Amino acid sequence: MHRSRRARLIGVAYLAPALLFVLAFTAYPLGRMVWMSFTNWSLLTPPRFVGMDNYRRAFEDKQFWISFLFTLKYTAIITPILIIGGYVLALLTSQNSPLRRLTRTIVFIPVVIGLGVSSLLWYWLFSPTFGLVNKGLMDAGVVSKPVLWLGVDDDRSNYAIIASVVWKVIGFGMILFVGAIQAIPSEITEASLVDGASYRQRVTRVILPLTMRTVLLVTLVSVIGSLLAFDQFYIMTAGQPHNETATSVFYVYLNSFPYLKLGYGAALSLILALTILVFTVVQLFLTRRSHA
Amino acid sequence: MTTITTVEVPQAQAPELVRGGRVGRTGYLIGAVCLLICTVMLLPLVFSILASLKPTAESASSPPTYVPHALSFDSYQRLWSYQEGLPVYLANSFGAALLTIVFTLLLTVPAGYALARFPIPFKEVIFVVLLLALIVPYQALLTPMFLMFARLQLTNSLIGLAVLHTAIQLPFSLYILRNSFSAVPRELEEAAVMDGASTWNTLVRVFLPSSLPAIVTVALFAFITSWNEFLGALVMMANGSKFTLPLILAASRTETSLGGTDWGMLQAGITISIIPCVGVYLLLQRYYVSGLMSGAVK
Repeated sequence: MHRSRRARLIGVAYLAPALLFVLAFTAYPLGRMVWMSFTNWSLLTPPRFVGMDNYRRAFEDKQFWISFLFTLKYTAIITPILIIGGYVLALLTSQNSPLRRLTRTIVFIPVVIGLGVSSLLWYWLFSPTFGLVNKGLMDAGVVSKPVLWLGVDDDRSNYAIIASVVWKVIGFGMILFVGAIQAIPSEITEASLVDGASYRQRVTRVILPLTMRTVLLVTLVSVIGSLLAFDQFYIMTAGQPHNETATSVFYVYLNSFPYLKLGYGAALSLILALTILVFTVVQLFLTRRSHA
Repeated sequence: MTTITTVEVPQAQAPELVRGGRVGRTGYLIGAVCLLICTVMLLPLVFSILASLKPTAESASSPPTYVPHALSFDSYQRLWSYQEGLPVYLANSFGAALLTIVFTLLLTVPAGYALARFPIPFKEVIFVVLLLALIVPYQALLTPMFLMFARLQLTNSLIGLAVLHTAIQLPFSLYILRNSFSAVPRELEEAAVMDGASTWNTLVRVFLPSSLPAIVTVALFAFITSWNEFLGALVMMANGSKFTLPLILAASRTETSLGGTDWGMLQAGITISIIPCVGVYLLLQRYYVSGLMSGAVK
């Protein structure tokens, strides 16, 4: 049939620009990165093939492990706060009264602000002598002299940054949980009421199980986002003290750009990409299955 | 007892307000908690805006004040003429964001149309390739992209930055548009074809108008991604005159006329950076939330 052949050609023509764009600006860099990761390349000298050396080096690199474990720790602390906090906010505001709608809108505002900009805002709030956090704590008599929140102690920096990021992104999970809770068919809610279920029983036996898929998805999105953390640490601690708060992406950035160890940076990137891939595959698997 | 009261509730949507006859108390408690949450969430923003309005001396004072003793636009004036000047940085940020919107729509509208309506060989494979950026985070691809952009003279270029932001945004946009185009009724399309419209005319006259919400969503997310993106801009833009707003603000903490960090000017910059994205969010909240739902939950 000539018509379908023509349609095929037209279709390919409409598709071609996007496909070429992705091949040029995503697929090609990906291939290049894999190749680079097997070379020793510092921009000054031409790339030299070194096989698996960069990967071996990464596993013996103390800073690689410091960054990797610090990123995992950050992720492990922030994820439950975001998921449980977001879910509690969703339960609180999922009904459509004006005040609850307003609360939803306001909790979501920081989500649309850039992470870089919100990190600068919190960098000021946490500043030892100019920031309002210390001012508030001292006025309330909680502390007697300014606390050095950022860049002095890795744990304290981590907690301060987690507080700022929770403020910024907790609305993301909340909005998606609200959507899932509102999508529960009203017959189910009514049936549980007729059965005399208490609010707590309805949450644990009805609402939570019926929104579990969204909870898992938001968890995965949050985990992936946290494993890729950079802006907040670059801006608020600059990796201090002694690169103890330099996250995985931060360490990739340091190697690739200021240090110009391109081959090594590429190997670190690939390790990071593979770590993320595990979580993405689970996420795609979950979304696919829910369609069927 | 509980059963009897609740069954008579007309809207099962608001049951705990009435549970056990504690109509008022629970309701007031929830209201109070909501107000408390709103206050906590807004406080950092309010403090930042207030701090941007302090006179120069007060904004540099330690310990800081909560509320300005006098209002002044000094900080905005210093920001206006800082380094290359605020207009340059605003133009860079807006320029990259608008280019990102244009590139994203130019690429994903035809591609979404093709995927939704045309028989394409190896369609599934091609779709997966197009969604590649979902699987590989762009943070991991920055080094090879930087080398490539350097050769193409796309570093220190708003076009280059917009290309990077388009690459980040493309999978989401394509996904949204393909779904929206797929949902356009066949009859509408057939009527246009009967009238002898070409495929392009059908796209422009039938698909675009009926997919307007999806197009607004795609443009909105492209804008916010580009306006807020930090790491890619940090890597690609080495030349100070090409900095976007977040970059110059981050850099401004070390190099100011006041010696140390100019906190007032920083807050002025934060306030200005926040206005466009919060503005479009409040105006287009519906699109934002629906986009988020379909994007994240798919």
